[in-house]
Amino acid sequence: MIAALAFYVFAAILIASAVMVVTSRNPVHSVLFLILAFFNAAALFLIAGAEFLAMILVIVYVGAVAVLFLFIVMMLDIDFSRLREGFQRYAPIGAVIGAILFLELLFVFGSWEFAPDAAALRLNAMPEGGVSNTHALGQLIYTDYVYLFQVAGLILLVAMIGAIVLTLRDKPATSRRQDIAVQVARAEAVALKQVPARTGLGQLGILRPALPEAPKPKAVHHDAHGHAHGHGHDDHHGGGHH
Amino acid sequence: MDAFLASPIGILAITVAQTLALLVPLLIGVAYMTYAERKIMAAMQMRKGPNVVGPFGLLQPFADALKMLLKETIIPSGASRGLFIFGPMLTLILALIAWAVIPVNDGWAIADINVGVLYLLAISSLGVYGIVIAGWASNSKYAFLGALRSAAQMVSYEVSMGLIIVTVLLCVGSLNLSDVVRAQKTVWFFIPLFPMFIIFFISILAETNRPPFDLAEGESELVAGFMVEYSSMTYALFFLGEYANMILMSGMTAILFLGGWLPPFDIAPFNWVPGPIWFILKICLCLFAFVWVRATFPRYRYDQLMRLGWKVFLPFTLGWLVLTAFVLKIMGWLPA
Repeated sequence: MIAALAFYVFAAILIASAVMVVTSRNPVHSVLFLILAFFNAAALFLIAGAEFLAMILVIVYVGAVAVLFLFIVMMLDIDFSRLREGFQRYAPIGAVIGAILFLELLFVFGSWEFAPDAAALRLNAMPEGGVSNTHALGQLIYTDYVYLFQVAGLILLVAMIGAIVLTLRDKPATSRRQDIAVQVARAEAVALKQVPARTGLGQLGILRPALPEAPKPKAVHHDAHGHAHGHGHDDHHGGGHH
Repeated sequence: MDAFLASPIGILAITVAQTLALLVPLLIGVAYMTYAERKIMAAMQMRKGPNVVGPFGLLQPFADALKMLLKETIIPSGASRGLFIFGPMLTLILALIAWAVIPVNDGWAIADINVGVLYLLAISSLGVYGIVIAGWASNSKYAFLGALRSAAQMVSYEVSMGLIIVTVLLCVGSLNLSDVVRAQKTVWFFIPLFPMFIIFFISILAETNRPPFDLAEGESELVAGFMVEYSSMTYALFFLGEYANMILMSGMTAILFLGGWLPPFDIAPFNWVPGPIWFILKICLCLFAFVWVRATFPRYRYDQLMRLGWKVFLPFTLGWLVLTAFVLKIMGWLPA
């Protein structure tokens, strides 16, 4: 009874948030409703006993994909009136696609009603024999269908290389790549030179008054100790954090 | 009585009681974490720290909480009202619900589920939403920049954290957190997986937006980042969320690498101490390291942060994962 109640609650919220994804005016709100829809789908997975899939749905879709969506949508400066412009034109096509999908789903799930034998053919969501979800999925992916899994990986690798090739521009004129060695290296122009102290003053004709009662005119007057005092460690890091 | 406890209402009552038994000490811990941080940092900088409110300043956290409660909540007129309040709430909620699967002792978890590690990973990957929503809803450029930084940062470090957790799971053979701890009976995982332990610790610093990775706040250039528009209780919720997250991540470190509730040696004086005490001590050790790092290191530059995550940690953890799998397979140590 509780499971059925939970199912209807989650399913209702799922459908409502899916509708809000399409209809809400602000695209950021759309993405947030999409996240809510993901969550409710994960809850439905949990009710069906597919705990691993539920967690993966949250980690992959909510934790990574939707973050990127939100990232992009927030940074775009979207003109809402232009977004609505083509609605009249594209509505029929969208409606046709939706109707086709609906019919297909009707055929798939309706067949359990029309042909009772079909219901026996569908796979059980829960594996038999006390095997956990994770174990069963690992067995399927990494043992039974390992070659297909490798092929999927290769396809992804090709896609990744393609994306890198398309976007990587290695032209020195336009790219601003960091080369730390070059940036830190000392160029000739800023070479340090040791200049004997106070030699310039005499040449420039700058004369300083003689020190009073000086027994012998000293070239350099050291007051290194006087400097060291004004510099104590009194930088005060505030108690609060922010 | 037994019949009542087995009924749905009884189960609900037990769960609520368990949750309260976990959350109340946790929130007190959060309050005293702020106090401990200020005291430890003061000691490291040769100051006194809070010492006025109560003996040794022990009532300071409650004074701060009261101050926050009494202040006015200001919502900027350009802000998206609902989301503006929802952001900080989400941050704290996520930091608290993750505790549902943390085993404090053998069998002491509110939900001892088979996919506990995945649950933790899922919840911690959601933490970024609180910050992103707050940054966007504030309608301020500083807040928005802070939110963008934080989003990129948390997504980057999650990848290497996931790989580290996979390495630990390879040695355990189960996704259940209690099993992870039980697998460390012979040796705690921080010894065989020492580089992973260090990288995990650095990653949780980045994941919780703590110094030296607190670029989302970056008070020198972004004022306070995503929380610049927040005041009073909404600000306090962010604060509580951050500290609860720190404690959570320390708990994760304790479970994955430091043997959870297990004593360091299973001999006389050590195994007299009950498991939860050991668990709390390990969490405190990690939290001390958090504060120590904050008092010691300057903030990273943003590109250095990204470089560290993607170009250093990710290849290294990936390589170590392959190495671990290889060694386990060759030596026949793979758990059944």
